[in-house]
Amino acid sequence: MSKTNLTRRGVLKTGAVAGAGLALPTYLSAAGHEGFTNAPTGDTVTLGFNVPQTGPYADEGADELRAYELAVEHLNGGGDGGMLNTFSSKALQGNGILGKKVEYVTGDTQTKSDAARASAKSMIEKDGAVMITGGSSSGVAVAVQALCQEAGVIFMAGLTHSNDTTGKDKKANGFRHFFNSYMTGAALAPVLANNYGTDRKAYHLTADYNWGYTTEEAVRTSTEALGWETVGTVLTPLTQTDFSSYITPVLQSDADVLVLNHYGGNMVNSLTNAVQFGLRDRVANGKNFEIVVPLYSRLMAKGAGANVKGIFGSTNWHWSLQDEGSKAFVQSFGTKYGFPPSQAAHTCYVQAILYADAVERAGSFNPCAVGEALKDFEFDGMGNGPTLYRGEDHQCFKDVLVVKGKENPTSEFDLLEIVEITPVEQVTYDASIFGGDLGSCNPGA
Amino acid sequence: MFGLNKKDSTLLLIVAGLVLLAPFLLNPFPEGSAMAQFNAGYPDLMQRFVIFGIFAIGFNILFGLTGYLSFGHAAFLGVGSYAAMWMFKLFGMNVLPALALSILMSGLFAVVIGYVSLRRSGIYFSILTLAFAMMSYALAYSVLAADMDGPDQQGLLQKGLTGGETGLQLTLDDPRILGQQTAGDGNLPVPSLFGLEMRSASELNVGDWVFTFSAGYYFSAIVMLLSFYLSIRIFRSPFGLVLRSIKSNQQRLSYTGMNPKPYMLAAFVISGMYAGLAGGLMAAMDPLAGPERMFWTASGEVVLMTILGGVGTLIGPVLGAGAIKYMENILSKINSDILHSWFAFLPDGLEDFVVTLIYPFIGKGWHLTLGIIFMLVVIFLPGGLVEGGQRIARAMRRKKQTASDDDTKAKQPAE
Repeated sequence: MSKTNLTRRGVLKTGAVAGAGLALPTYLSAAGHEGFTNAPTGDTVTLGFNVPQTGPYADEGADELRAYELAVEHLNGGGDGGMLNTFSSKALQGNGILGKKVEYVTGDTQTKSDAARASAKSMIEKDGAVMITGGSSSGVAVAVQALCQEAGVIFMAGLTHSNDTTGKDKKANGFRHFFNSYMTGAALAPVLANNYGTDRKAYHLTADYNWGYTTEEAVRTSTEALGWETVGTVLTPLTQTDFSSYITPVLQSDADVLVLNHYGGNMVNSLTNAVQFGLRDRVANGKNFEIVVPLYSRLMAKGAGANVKGIFGSTNWHWSLQDEGSKAFVQSFGTKYGFPPSQAAHTCYVQAILYADAVERAGSFNPCAVGEALKDFEFDGMGNGPTLYRGEDHQCFKDVLVVKGKENPTSEFDLLEIVEITPVEQVTYDASIFGGDLGSCNPGA
Repeated sequence: MFGLNKKDSTLLLIVAGLVLLAPFLLNPFPEGSAMAQFNAGYPDLMQRFVIFGIFAIGFNILFGLTGYLSFGHAAFLGVGSYAAMWMFKLFGMNVLPALALSILMSGLFAVVIGYVSLRRSGIYFSILTLAFAMMSYALAYSVLAADMDGPDQQGLLQKGLTGGETGLQLTLDDPRILGQQTAGDGNLPVPSLFGLEMRSASELNVGDWVFTFSAGYYFSAIVMLLSFYLSIRIFRSPFGLVLRSIKSNQQRLSYTGMNPKPYMLAAFVISGMYAGLAGGLMAAMDPLAGPERMFWTASGEVVLMTILGGVGTLIGPVLGAGAIKYMENILSKINSDILHSWFAFLPDGLEDFVVTLIYPFIGKGWHLTLGIIFMLVVIFLPGGLVEGGQRIARAMRRKKQTASDDDTKAKQPAE
């Protein structure tokens, strides 16, 4: 079709360009470094806050971001210092981290693994974030944690409740403060047995993803151990907004307890549907029909309104706790934003402070040094009582709250009441039961 | 050159130049300046530009030439990703066999889906492909993600074939035939091309500017140039001509004695294989395959890319892919703090007002911006960004030319 025209000038030009291209690598400065990814060089350090800003967990994401902004303010010495004053470790001075001012970038996980990884990657590659934190879904947490392991930065998980995050999918660069499904089961089952008896027939509706599976399994195992029977389990899509078609089969089964393994907007909708179908006034097998929501949060209780009254669940933290740390946090969060923080905000705030403290104690931003500092770290004053960051799986162990929807709320925030604070011994398990392998810490390039 | 006419070789060379110099072109602002926010020259985004470029080029072979609007092309993207991941898990970390399997698997899928869907045309074809893609999504998200090796075992299939919502990932105990299970430092091995790691990158510092050259990007870029070249050849071939005639009048083609079905199926399979290649490359750049890649929004995205850039043109889909990925990754990261810092020079009240005015269009509102731009393009530039370029070129030429020359003879710029 066309002919090749070799001219002297053309050949020279091509040669020059090719030569320059080949010579280029010799000019490349060794990308720079003190031996780990994104080592902060100037007088600032950048943290990456990767939270859901759209999708079913957007409310949680917005609250997480507020908490991070507050944490950054406190780390840089602004505000009233919040939990820095009650934290048992006194390494942080309020002058940033290791004297570097804390800056941050934000990203939207959209509660999708792909999108979350893309936004984490851009924060690491473009903005030079030395730590990634946040998220409100276990699927996303597992995906981003794996990415951080590969890239060589620390991942401080936000709200993620699946066993897998620090179980099968645990990674040396990943750390979780939030509790997990196993702990929920262990804390919730005795309370349920005390209140509802030991010969119950349970029906599970479960969000169809990682977190749903492990929560269903944990609740099932621990309630069956106390004599309950599981008569049905059905998976529901995460994007579902109308659960009517899932509630009808419950009415036809001989179940007398409905367990909603749903979170966020899912739970608000499924609980509302269940109440509309009259499940709460129903009598089955000669007993009152009951509904259980294993993982509760104030934001969900607010969304579901009066429907949550008397319904049991578990939570990581609640703003009405009266210890010094919680009071200080609620105080400074409330002053800044005008309402109390959610458990998502609490865990994210604590994770940011714990990271900063670990860097300060390690004296370096190197992920391996930070990991060493967090390993088997015992602390107090962060709202959950004495807490241990276990070295074998990078999971925090602390008391778990069993809560109930309040019958007579005094304000729009006072929706949950604490039924029991389950001591940490009751929810501690052997790190090996979930399998998985931490691997070794990766400081990256 | 390479069997192309002069116009097409020029286009190919221009694209090659742009793609190879992208690390410079996409990083026009110095590090640390306020405008650095708009830099797009970091490996992940550059890889996305070329990978979605491949996806859109392939889609355009079907949609641009035959006019059949497939609304389920993301299924092939997902199939390609999963195929590549399984190759990494079972065979070895070299990207070439992984890409080969991606293309093969997506081709097989395309044969099956195409054979059924192409029995109908128009809206019915679109809906059929959409249905197939959503079926694939549901399979990947839920059905194939069930524990397949027993609840008490921790084997290879403990998260099923696809890994469900989290996605399919590498693990430390994948039974890889070639190459080691774990890298020397106890971490997961990285996809590589005969030892060249896809995530390795070197940086060039020139003054305040930092340019990143990533091995993964250049590998994807070369694959993209090859795909682009192949698509030019298809466009200019007799086969491409038959496809165009299907678009203009299928009945007339049948009456001349040609059976359009095999041609359409071939076009569908080729474009499915392009999508599979893109999916495989995505997994090679970032070893995780999630089901969202098959969701209908992903299928819709490639339609948007193609229309935004210019349907049926060679370069259009690539431009469209770049424009959409740029907005998704750059606009969506501008938050209100950044806006406030930009307009800090204005008096307080005015600053807040301007920020409130712009805020809905950035951050999570980037979809709104995309929607507006898409509407404007469809209404005023039905030929997409390429038509915009042509109009500008024509206007420039008109100025240069003396009045005696007539415009009708002005050559069309390269498609």
